[in-house]
Amino acid sequence: MMFGALAMVLGITASAAAPTAAQRQPRPVIIASKPFGESYLLAEIFAQLLEFRGFTVERRPGLGATEIAFEALRTNRIDAYPEYTGTGLLAILGERPARDPRQVYRRVAGEFRRRYGARWLPPLGFENTYAIAVRRETAERYRLVTLSDLARVARSLRAGLTPDFIGRPDGLPGIQKIYGISFRDVRALLPAVKYQALAAGEVDVIDGYSTDGFIVRYNLVVLKDDLGFFPPYEAAALVSQAFLREIPAGVAALTELSGLLTEHDMRRLNRRIEVDGVPVARVAAAALLSLGLTQVQSGAGRSGRATDSRGLLGYLWDERGVILGLTVRHLFLVGISLAGAVACAVPLGLALERRRSSAEPVIRSVGLLQTLPSIALLAFMIPLLGIGVLPAVVALFLYSLYPILRNTYTGVRDAAPDAVAAARALGMTPRQILRLVRLPLAAPVIMAGIRTAAVINVGTATLAAFIGAGGLGDLIAAGLALSDTKMILSGALPAALLALLVDGALGLGERAVRPGG
Amino acid sequence: MAGVTPESNAREPSLRANNVTKRFGSIVALDRVSLTVEPAECVVLVGESGSGKTTLLRCFNRLTEPDEGTILVGGVDVAALEPIALRRRIGYVQQDGGLLPHWRVRRNVELVPRLRSITGARELASKALELVGLDPDVFSNRWPRELSGGQRQRVAVARALAANPDVVLLDEPFGALDAITRAELRESFRTLQRQLAITTMLVTHDLREAFLLGDRVAVMRQGRVEQTAAPDELRHQPASQYVRQLLQRAEVLPA
Repeated sequence: MMFGALAMVLGITASAAAPTAAQRQPRPVIIASKPFGESYLLAEIFAQLLEFRGFTVERRPGLGATEIAFEALRTNRIDAYPEYTGTGLLAILGERPARDPRQVYRRVAGEFRRRYGARWLPPLGFENTYAIAVRRETAERYRLVTLSDLARVARSLRAGLTPDFIGRPDGLPGIQKIYGISFRDVRALLPAVKYQALAAGEVDVIDGYSTDGFIVRYNLVVLKDDLGFFPPYEAAALVSQAFLREIPAGVAALTELSGLLTEHDMRRLNRRIEVDGVPVARVAAAALLSLGLTQVQSGAGRSGRATDSRGLLGYLWDERGVILGLTVRHLFLVGISLAGAVACAVPLGLALERRRSSAEPVIRSVGLLQTLPSIALLAFMIPLLGIGVLPAVVALFLYSLYPILRNTYTGVRDAAPDAVAAARALGMTPRQILRLVRLPLAAPVIMAGIRTAAVINVGTATLAAFIGAGGLGDLIAAGLALSDTKMILSGALPAALLALLVDGALGLGERAVRPGG
Repeated sequence: MAGVTPESNAREPSLRANNVTKRFGSIVALDRVSLTVEPAECVVLVGESGSGKTTLLRCFNRLTEPDEGTILVGGVDVAALEPIALRRRIGYVQQDGGLLPHWRVRRNVELVPRLRSITGARELASKALELVGLDPDVFSNRWPRELSGGQRQRVAVARALAANPDVVLLDEPFGALDAITRAELRESFRTLQRQLAITTMLVTHDLREAFLLGDRVAVMRQGRVEQTAAPDELRHQPASQYVRQLLQRAEVLPA
């Protein structure tokens, strides 16, 4: 009832401003992407098309990886993101690779609908598959054209592959079996650094995507899949059950893109982003215009500039509004989670001082949380708390507990034993001893724990970008995906500065609580 | 000075241990110990490490609970008293002073009066500082870390006396000081104890200190009292071979 009334009010407001499909839109459409260039671009194309058709859109770019993005979609936390049919088949359904693109599409479309209520819209029109690439000089020296050629010399080459590729049956295990390729050394590299590692000669072979703009940028040679091993991956919009049920007109608008994007288009668009450094929003707007889906260039995003010849400082200055906004968001994530951790860990540490036999087991269990990889912890959060600010704050809160708890307990336990003994002998109650003696004497140690937690927290919060919580990690994740050093630094430098400032501010706090003047 | 003399002395508080036994696991720390401290008397417990002297002392303000026997303060069995209230009535000085490092001297000395909600805690603290020979105007606002070892122990004694207790317990109060400072403090404490006529039990491992401070000296060994006597009596009539040897070693008796 309340929602109905609210929607009516909002509907009236919205219809006055934009008299289109938004009249029937009960909430913003949430469009997400995975953290690599093409995914950012396709998501931005989805978003701008919807906006042009009158929908309000919320963007959640750069969600962790397949597991995180799909989990968010399955639980209706996001409405749509670009996905590949082959990934759906292998990584999500866990089935064996298949050869025929049509058959793959039919299989995933049917199974996703049945199992998850999610829909694959008709494919966008291009295929993207794995591409094994080497430097041009390597190709020339060993006369490499095909993957069968690679098998001959693989024993003297070092491979740098994405962890994803190393593990999946249609990745390294598959080419080992089919081609008999066995590398001298295999290193796991993240997508963001593998091209640079190859260009720098740190590795000799990498896995990429056939539509990557980086292949052109680094003048690489893609080896031909002469035995036809890699299955075709068709790109398509994957939409959630809630999106289809609540905003069917929005889903219909997205299907307008089906079959319109060719592989040639994609390589060109990816190249503009990854090689020429044109902002994603601008490339997306131009693509929609040339596809005839929009008439005028719709609000083309934050930065309209083309090739980026600005220096780092100029870049930081021009982007100050964005950076400031993300810094505030970052500080918000850190502040809330840290305050929560202090509110829990300090009383718990004090309570444990009174029950010392249970102290070590409890503190160690909390310490175990610290050993969970942050991305894994964030991924665990999604089924419980969805994506966005809440799971990020909870994860950061959990990471902050241990240093504060350990320091509180140790500080209070070891605080000036002589003074504590005298306080007891002269008639202080245990509560008075804690409040008047142990706690003030332990305050600097407790503050040191809080400072440690705060600095770790500022750093870990950059990972919150992968579950759509925002903050400076957005710039780092997007910069990594687009291989844009300035963008990476525009997130990393403020984050480092923030860590120093937070530490400094808490340092002043520590001086204030130091007992005995 | 006169104002500081505890009115409660009129009650003539005494300390008494009756057949007190205390075990820590299989170790017998106190073995059926009986001892009396008369009102205004100073009894010094002396013995080697592990003889049980500190354990006995701590029974009187219930920092240690005996397994058997009774402990009486002012004729009342302490087992019937609330330990917190009992401790606030009894002055206590420990070897390292135990000043609270985050409180200034005045706040340290005001501790017990404030715990007992006695009005005029500040005046009591100033008087107590004067008693131990520290000028309140000079020392009140100092931090414990700004004091010498001897000054710290004087503050600890002032803190123990500030609320005008009936009884004071001291556990190796001068043990951590250099020889000259120790001699000074002993002298002033002896004078103060006589002047206030406060019932005192003091623990030391130094027989010469015991002879200097004690109206009577109780020699302890392996959880038992070997002999309790005035210094002169102890010197002339050691009750056992152990006491005689102890006196010789301390050069109180010629070898």
